[in-house]
Amino acid sequence: MQIKVNGQVHEVDVEADMPLLWILRDELGLTGVKYGCGIAQCGACTVQMDGMAVRSCQVPAENIGDSEITTIEGFGTPDSLHAVQAAWVEHQVAQCGYCQSGQIMQAASLLAETPDPTDEDIDLVMSGNLCRCGTYPRIRAAIKSAAATLRES
Amino acid sequence: MGRARTIARRSFMIGSAAILGGVAFGVYIVRKPHDNPLKAQLDPGEVTFNPYVTISEDGIRLITTHVDFGQGVRSIEAALIAEELDVELDQFQPEFAAPDPAYYNTANGAELVPFAAFDDSFVASSVRSAAGASFKVLGLMATGGSSTIPDQYTKLRQAGAVARETLRLAASRETGTAVEELRTARAKVILPDGQEISYTDLAATASGLDPVTNVTLREPSEWRFLGKPMQRLDILAKSTGELKYGIDQNVAGMVHAAIRVNPRRGGTMNSYDASAAEAMRGVRQIVPVTGGVAVIADNTWRAFKAANAITFDWGQANYPEEMDGHWQILSDSFVEDRLDRVWRDDGDVAGSFDAGDVITAEYRAPYVAHQPLEPLSAIVLVSEDSAEVWAGSQLPRYVQQKVAAIAGLDPDAVTFHQQFVGGSFGHRQEFENITLAAEIAVQILGTPVKLTFTREEDFALDFPRQIGISRSRGAVRDGQVDSWELDIATASVTDSQSGRLGLPIPGPDGQIAAGAWNMPYAIPNLRVRAYRVPGLAPVSSWRSVGASSAAFFSEGFLDELIRVANADPMEERLRLVNNDVHRKVLEAVAEMSNWGGALGENRGRGLALVESFGVPVAEVIDVTMTDRGIRIDNVWVAADVGRVLDPVNFDNQVKGGVIWGLGHAMNSEITYADGMPQQTNYHEHEGMRLYQCPQIEVRGLENNPKIRGVGEPPVPPAAPALASAIFDATGMRLREMPFHKFIDFV
Repeated sequence: MQIKVNGQVHEVDVEADMPLLWILRDELGLTGVKYGCGIAQCGACTVQMDGMAVRSCQVPAENIGDSEITTIEGFGTPDSLHAVQAAWVEHQVAQCGYCQSGQIMQAASLLAETPDPTDEDIDLVMSGNLCRCGTYPRIRAAIKSAAATLRES
Repeated sequence: MGRARTIARRSFMIGSAAILGGVAFGVYIVRKPHDNPLKAQLDPGEVTFNPYVTISEDGIRLITTHVDFGQGVRSIEAALIAEELDVELDQFQPEFAAPDPAYYNTANGAELVPFAAFDDSFVASSVRSAAGASFKVLGLMATGGSSTIPDQYTKLRQAGAVARETLRLAASRETGTAVEELRTARAKVILPDGQEISYTDLAATASGLDPVTNVTLREPSEWRFLGKPMQRLDILAKSTGELKYGIDQNVAGMVHAAIRVNPRRGGTMNSYDASAAEAMRGVRQIVPVTGGVAVIADNTWRAFKAANAITFDWGQANYPEEMDGHWQILSDSFVEDRLDRVWRDDGDVAGSFDAGDVITAEYRAPYVAHQPLEPLSAIVLVSEDSAEVWAGSQLPRYVQQKVAAIAGLDPDAVTFHQQFVGGSFGHRQEFENITLAAEIAVQILGTPVKLTFTREEDFALDFPRQIGISRSRGAVRDGQVDSWELDIATASVTDSQSGRLGLPIPGPDGQIAAGAWNMPYAIPNLRVRAYRVPGLAPVSSWRSVGASSAAFFSEGFLDELIRVANADPMEERLRLVNNDVHRKVLEAVAEMSNWGGALGENRGRGLALVESFGVPVAEVIDVTMTDRGIRIDNVWVAADVGRVLDPVNFDNQVKGGVIWGLGHAMNSEITYADGMPQQTNYHEHEGMRLYQCPQIEVRGLENNPKIRGVGEPPVPPAAPALASAIFDATGMRLREMPFHKFIDFV
């Protein structure tokens, strides 16, 4: 089957029930997408499908279709950071960093829908993304700071 | 603290791989320095000054010793070297150290001895020094116990200074200018006329010199990086998905593996049926491993899927099948035979309960899992005469030895590649992921295998935090805390870990009552006894170890005594506190939280003060009782580590520790049914999520006489401070974690 990831089309030979997560990690080598729980409880595998944040562990190959997949690798690079990533760097959010790809993808999706999120909006949308290190206070601050940057631009 | 009279029940020679070491090896071998392992691997034209710095014309390499699982040690270790070396933070390549005795931990051994952190008596100092000596002789390379900063603070600045002075000497030799006239900055030696020579251009000359070891370290007032906010070296890579963790590594030609091992820990596998799995796509081989089997496949998901298709007949565990049995063993353990040590015996406890208001209470702490977000994994390649390992580990030299034993090789033939780790909290102190991968690798010689745990397997095989019970009897007199008998019985982390490491640890387990016996209070009559409980599930270090349960027991009951005395939790602690360092931590949170101010309807405020790993931490917590349950509003934290080296990372670590302590105290436990842990994934054990996270304000104090690490110390006060706040708001006293079994949280 064909799969569109970060603007490129790839040919992969996988089972219909193989989750997008493992296609991205094992078949395409996009390891910025993380395996955390496999059952949509942690959000570490969050990617965007046609701009919407989804848990890639829950998307079987047969449901991908011609959706445009964006992973953290297609989002910004150290030389050209997305505003959300720049806020993550400015606030030094990461500790171990393992959940942060998913947090960033989820936060970007939140800000696309809700440019000026309240604390309640952030609580609601970000609580599916688990961080075991406890970077939540910095995640909140970084989202507000990214929101301000995005509104100005 | 000198008042705390301690009685060793078995022997004074405690601790004690430690003391055995110091005494047994003799002065010569203790003083003998380890060789610099970098000498053996230098490129032509490259120079090394010590195990931490190499320079060649291609650049500067700084070697960081400890594993970075998010606590930021790679950045701070590099900064300690760079500060004295006079290089900027973007002028070097950081590298993880390969396992070598030269990187032994100089601080960890001293932590194992049974003395209060502030006890600087001759005996305490001597025993600490002996314990440290044994770590040196054994070359124990370990990350844990919040010991990285105390281990490295002087050693790494020294290493930077030695390299800098040797480079100055090299420049002097090259230019004929006197050393005193040469300055250094930005990886260059600067001549009086302003001419600059790069360190990299001096490598060849420096390699012909003996390192200049007579160096003076700079005063903190002269520091450029340390003590000021720094940017973590890995922050860009961690914000862009570029950082490769162990689980992300790819070795050419590797195959993927998943395991199923008996979730009744230590039990055997009686039989299994893999016929369905064998027929599945991508499955290459199914091989036996200790206590279970491994599926080798062509990708991770196919290995997982096939492993889940195998059915098993598991043997029994050697601990009770159901939780009632675990609690019963604990409950029966407050007996002479299981008394591990009387840690403190001030005044006359036995005769002190005749008058006054006497209260008693039992507290409980459950098993809790580690479950960092990166599941355990390891890549191992075993060949005829060598092996390679790619994994993150807190004990790399033990891992090297374990893999060597499995592969039938000398430890020197095993190359260990330390990896970035997606969280540990003590999980990577264990190494079953690596030994299991090695067991698979020896069955497919020459082919690298990456073993990845499913989250479910990670839960099933997690060695949890110790379970425990405490019993307290206390009395107040004239509105003051007067007498207290605190007995603590827990599973022994030290026993459990030492068994897996093959190390004998004679003497008491210092963790059972850690954070409790060393409470910084002058209570007239106080006895603290620890009971070591056998026959429970195997356990391991969980962020803050013994203090995560013992300090809940101690500060929780102290709060009860204070409230029975109708005293104020802050005022009474300030009256009882026996030294200025702890007093100032209390005063700081009192000021930050405006202690004594009005709270308003349905609100409550709690306080706890705990010293663990030599760091006093006080936390004030405000809660509101809403119609949907308790909401935690604010936490104020003051911690004293002697010197805050990076205020940004300090703040992040403290907040993370508070969230770890609160989240698990509220929401999480591991329970056993039919001998197996019942929690299989995060929906049943999630710690804290963002919506429950309070506002947290942090202050670092610098009155501690010794520099300390802060990864663990913010954890223990969180649970008792929350219990105190909930009591204040509702009148309900929580004596067992997790609290959500008894009260709802928003």
